[in-house]
Amino acid sequence: MKKRIGIFPSVITALLTLILVIPVWIAVTGSFSAQWELEENLAPVFSNTQEMAAWSVLPAAPTLRSLVRVLLDSPGYFVMFWNSVKIALCILVGQLLLDVPAAWALARFPISGKKQIMSLYIILMLMPFQVLMFPQYLILQSWNLLDTIWAVILPSVFSTFPVFLLYRFFKAIPEELLEAARLDGAGELRIFFQIGVPIGIPGIASMCILSFLDAWNMIEQPMTYIKTKSLWPLSLFLPEIGMEEIGVGFAAALMMLVPALLLFMDCKEYLEQGIAMSGGKE
Amino acid sequence: MKWNLHRKIKMQRLLYLAFLLPNLLGVLNFSLIPMVEVLIRSFQSAIGENWVGLQNYERVLHNPAFQIAFLNTLRFVSVCIPLLTVLSLGLAVFIQSIPHIGSFVRGIFLMPMAVPAASVVLVWKILFHDRGLINHALDCLGGNSIDWMGSGAAFWMMVMSYLWKNLGYTIVLWTAGLATIPDSIYEAAQVDGATSWQSFLYITMPNLRGTAFTITVMSLLNSFKVFREAWLVAGDYPHESMYLLQHLYNNWFRELDFDKIAAASVMTAAVIFLLIGVLRKAWDKEE
Repeated sequence: MKKRIGIFPSVITALLTLILVIPVWIAVTGSFSAQWELEENLAPVFSNTQEMAAWSVLPAAPTLRSLVRVLLDSPGYFVMFWNSVKIALCILVGQLLLDVPAAWALARFPISGKKQIMSLYIILMLMPFQVLMFPQYLILQSWNLLDTIWAVILPSVFSTFPVFLLYRFFKAIPEELLEAARLDGAGELRIFFQIGVPIGIPGIASMCILSFLDAWNMIEQPMTYIKTKSLWPLSLFLPEIGMEEIGVGFAAALMMLVPALLLFMDCKEYLEQGIAMSGGKE
Repeated sequence: MKWNLHRKIKMQRLLYLAFLLPNLLGVLNFSLIPMVEVLIRSFQSAIGENWVGLQNYERVLHNPAFQIAFLNTLRFVSVCIPLLTVLSLGLAVFIQSIPHIGSFVRGIFLMPMAVPAASVVLVWKILFHDRGLINHALDCLGGNSIDWMGSGAAFWMMVMSYLWKNLGYTIVLWTAGLATIPDSIYEAAQVDGATSWQSFLYITMPNLRGTAFTITVMSLLNSFKVFREAWLVAGDYPHESMYLLQHLYNNWFRELDFDKIAAASVMTAAVIFLLIGVLRKAWDKEE
């Protein structure tokens, strides 16, 4: 169907995309600006002078100084960066090992009670952290996991959203395909590894990107369960950087932004597919 | 032969269990069982563990901080969800009609989802400061500066960052819903002389009912995450208009007010459960 494109919606959409991009633009250009330029532009924000804050669309004297300072001169920063990486990777590995088979079992094996299990998973999936915070605190305490990075890893590994998402993808594989393999004498294990996993790759990929973004972005969980600063992920460290070090603040934030953005640009299709699948009809 | 078959079935059962059990046990252990424990604790006192009936609930409901946080959360949800749903539906329909660059534009809207809240804190602070960039822009346009951090406008700052973050996600969900409506229906309607506005009203809208349900539920859940932005920008004790349930829970947590947290968690879960149930009923009835 051909539609005419109206001027009014075009202008609105163009304007909105511009507004959407501005924060990211500021974050990126800020990291390449010199400290003096930032101070000059933003003096009203952190020393309460009377003028208004300003921003250079492009840095007047682009420099890598802040980035270099973060990368070379701040060991504390590195520790937290690696904490973030460790947490995200452990969560992903745990989900790949435990959630993928479970989703396959729920979607494909004749297990009694799987309907009830699925309902339970969906209910748990809908519970926000505000509800889960205290229950998880109790279990982490009794397992002596508080104040370790496992306190944020394990609850995420056993969050039920990945299972739900993968279940949707696995459910969409036509039964005839599996039936044919069974007739050829393939065992259930082989069917899983040679049909389920390869066909389910888009699903697994969307699970990975959604989980990574979630883990990389985690704030409430480490804030509640981890007290030792050297175990903190980057997301808790960044807000602590003061305005006097604004250049470093921008650079440190950029290092957190870049992995997520690169992944996003690389896997945008999988991300969209995953979102669409999680919302599709049953 | 018979023994062999028997053994095969047994092996298969083991395999099923090996697939499912590790995850199921983890879920039970890390979510369901402690949730039940919290439910029980909500009827006990934190010290001594004796039964106190509904006393914890009463104390929470009479707590002024809880009332503020609850009302703010409620207000936030009832402002954001309609705003997000309508805006994103309009954008989804429009973006779908743009040739060539449609998917690129959708990508831009989705991008904020990949931006970690912590990496744009500084940006939010600069934008929303008293003499920050937004007020500067308002000034240039001849408007009045807004006291973003120290007045009720703080609430709207949260609304904006919520929309910023969630528009793309919701657009993708709508687009997926739109894609399931076959073009032939629209073509038939066009032949019958329907205007595009009529097509939208009588074909698109009814077909998107299921999607609308999902989107409402998802937006509801995502609205609980706006605490991140609120906390990053304004810390533990923000302006009253952006004081949310999570702030309150964190404070109770620090003060080890576990009986209050238990009761409040149970109530939050119950309200969410109820809301989703009501939504589901409403949608089922219409279908």
